[in-house]
Amino acid sequence: MNDAPTIFIPLDSVALALGAEEVAAAFLVADFDIVRTGSRGMHWLEPLVEIEVGGARIGFGPVDAGDTASLREVLLSGNFAAHPKYVGAIDELDWMKNQQRLIFARCGIVDPLSLDDYEEAGGLTALKKAANTPAGSLCEEVLASGLRGRGGAGFPAGVKWKTVAEAQADAKYIVCNADEGDSGTFADRMIMEGDPFLLIEGMAIAGLAVGATRGFIYLRSEYPLAERILGEAVRIAYNEGVLGADVCGSGKSFDLELFIGAGAYICGEETSLLNSLEGKRGEVRAKPPLPALEGLHGKPTLVHNVLTFCAVPDIVRAGGKAYASLGVGKSCGTMAFQLSGDVKFPGLFEAPFGLTLRDLVERIGGGARSGKGIRAIQIGGPLGAYLPPSQFDTIIDYEALLAIGAGVGHGGIVVFNEDVDLLEQARYAFEFCAEESCGKCTPCRIGAVRGVEVIDRIGRGEDHAENMQTLTDLCELMVDGSLCAMGGMTPIPVQSALNNFPEDFAFPSIRRTFAAGAEKTP
Amino acid sequence: MGGTSNKNRALDEIVRPYVGRTGGLICALRAIQAEIGFLPPETEAAAAAAFNLTRAEVKGVISFYADFVRKPKGETVIRLCAAEACQAQGARSLEMEVCRRLAIEPGATSASGDLTLERVYCLGLCSAGPSAIIDGALMGKATPEKIVKAFETGRGARK
Ligand SMILES: Cc1cc2nc3c(=O)[nH]c(=O)nc-3n(C[C@H](O)[C@H](O)[C@H](O)COP(=O)(O)O)c2cc1C
Ligand code: SF4
Ligand code: FES
Repeated sequence: MNDAPTIFIPLDSVALALGAEEVAAAFLVADFDIVRTGSRGMHWLEPLVEIEVGGARIGFGPVDAGDTASLREVLLSGNFAAHPKYVGAIDELDWMKNQQRLIFARCGIVDPLSLDDYEEAGGLTALKKAANTPAGSLCEEVLASGLRGRGGAGFPAGVKWKTVAEAQADAKYIVCNADEGDSGTFADRMIMEGDPFLLIEGMAIAGLAVGATRGFIYLRSEYPLAERILGEAVRIAYNEGVLGADVCGSGKSFDLELFIGAGAYICGEETSLLNSLEGKRGEVRAKPPLPALEGLHGKPTLVHNVLTFCAVPDIVRAGGKAYASLGVGKSCGTMAFQLSGDVKFPGLFEAPFGLTLRDLVERIGGGARSGKGIRAIQIGGPLGAYLPPSQFDTIIDYEALLAIGAGVGHGGIVVFNEDVDLLEQARYAFEFCAEESCGKCTPCRIGAVRGVEVIDRIGRGEDHAENMQTLTDLCELMVDGSLCAMGGMTPIPVQSALNNFPEDFAFPSIRRTFAAGAEKTP
Repeated sequence: MGGTSNKNRALDEIVRPYVGRTGGLICALRAIQAEIGFLPPETEAAAAAAFNLTRAEVKGVISFYADFVRKPKGETVIRLCAAEACQAQGARSLEMEVCRRLAIEPGATSASGDLTLERVYCLGLCSAGPSAIIDGALMGKATPEKIVKAFETGRGARK
């Protein structure tokens, strides 16, 4: 070998937050070709350095700046297994082998800004096919796939596509919801940083299918790296004829723009997002009209989450039926599960629907990293339910979770160990709602503030029975009277905490870690 | 009018490229803040004129979004994640300890102007929490020691 060996170092935000830049700098001075990639999703191994040998990628992680000297030697000598951070061939690791990566197939492998890499790995096949497929068939394919929106509500994507496609208007829009505000979720960020052309391809196909010629990506401002990478990817896509006046020779145009939010969780709600995208306050709009009929600038608008658009190229390439054959019941295809909190193996795991919570938390996640017992998980972000281990045998699909008062949401699962105080978590749910409410309706705006007060009284044991009743009434009021799911679903974490962990709401409680005057804790 | 009109002209220039664009007002406000560090009092007038809105409308937009601030921030900005996945990894005690060591409250700027501490709700680094951003640099598995050190390094570099 006279060529400098090629090594792969992630530039994903998590890898950077754990020191990948310092690691890369140490290799820059040495004799290596460095390719920066997205993350494989094995975040306990980040920064994960890989070298390609005979077609296989051999990994080392987590590498810190102190490891780089010894790693350089090992990489040059070929005596890989001798290094203490050696993890072996990436594809042979159980974590990778047990996944079925459709969306994340390329993430962590390719250079995210190489359109050649993307095409070589199967990218653009779907868009080129779509360019020669009647729009109606594209919508049918998505309908047949059974794909449901990955932003949280799980609405059938194909139904939305047909609605927008059939709407008569002088302009239609495609809008990607990349606001990813849910705590415990990072899949959108990972794919935008690690394989941005996939999102561009999915959105362009959607444009061809529903007859929209303009698209927007609404990206949260907390993701500056995704902004940089996506922005560059859009520019490249224009240069290469993937975007613009003649999308992949289809004769049809599709323009795509990146829009950066300004720090508001509620702007993830689609109508709030549309107001924000129009440059206004992100207040929620009453539905109807549906955005599919009257969305951006009052025109028919197809709004989807990042992962929903990212599922589209595979559906178009392999057919809706193949996608629908994965999963269970009405939950078709794969889901990008995101594990975080007190868990040994945190990260992103893409698999068909059908795993149980226990599979994910214990078998795949390896249980609590701290070695403490697991007491609760929260699934589906800040508006998601807190569930105890006794419910971990529930299968993760939309209907099975709904049956126990929970939801898949955007696929985030946060693991809490036995130190968690569910009263404190319920209080936080209200506090977050109060902080992030758009203020349009009273049950949410005032109710959330009242919720914090009531929980504080319960915690202090003031008129305990009465305040417990007030809490229940308040939750009912918010569910019934809120305009959108921010106020309407905040009771889910609260009531699931109350129902599944009633001992934390008793007075006195052995767990109480905060009391009067502790309002400052987040 | 002297000073103000100069400032107004500068703001006009920052704002102009965004007029007529989808969501232009928010883009323009982001641009002003990126350049000046906060939104000065003249912002309403400049943006209202450019976008053909009332000052109240511009003010309404500014007050809606957490990113927009009306006062300069500290020289160092520490943003600590306060959301659930980080809570599950010790974010509450981390915040308390950072506040204690740096003698600051969440949301506050120090009297000397050297530090602003902000709470954020998820940085997408949940799998490596608790997380923080210090002057734009991402930090996973944050500890009070790492944060104080980053703060002091930043302060040293400015001197
Ligand atoms: C308070 C609130 C926050 C939301 N945040 C997001 C978000 O960050 N990302 C997202 O894709 N959907 C979010 N949604 C769901 C959107 O309203 C909408 O259902 C989704 O973007 C539709 O895309 P899908 O069909 O791909 O699911 C949120 C909803 C609510 C009520
Ligand atoms: S429920 Fe809350 S966030 Fe939703 S519209 Fe009402 S006030 Fe706004
Ligand atoms: S919850 Fe802290 S980074 Fe996501």
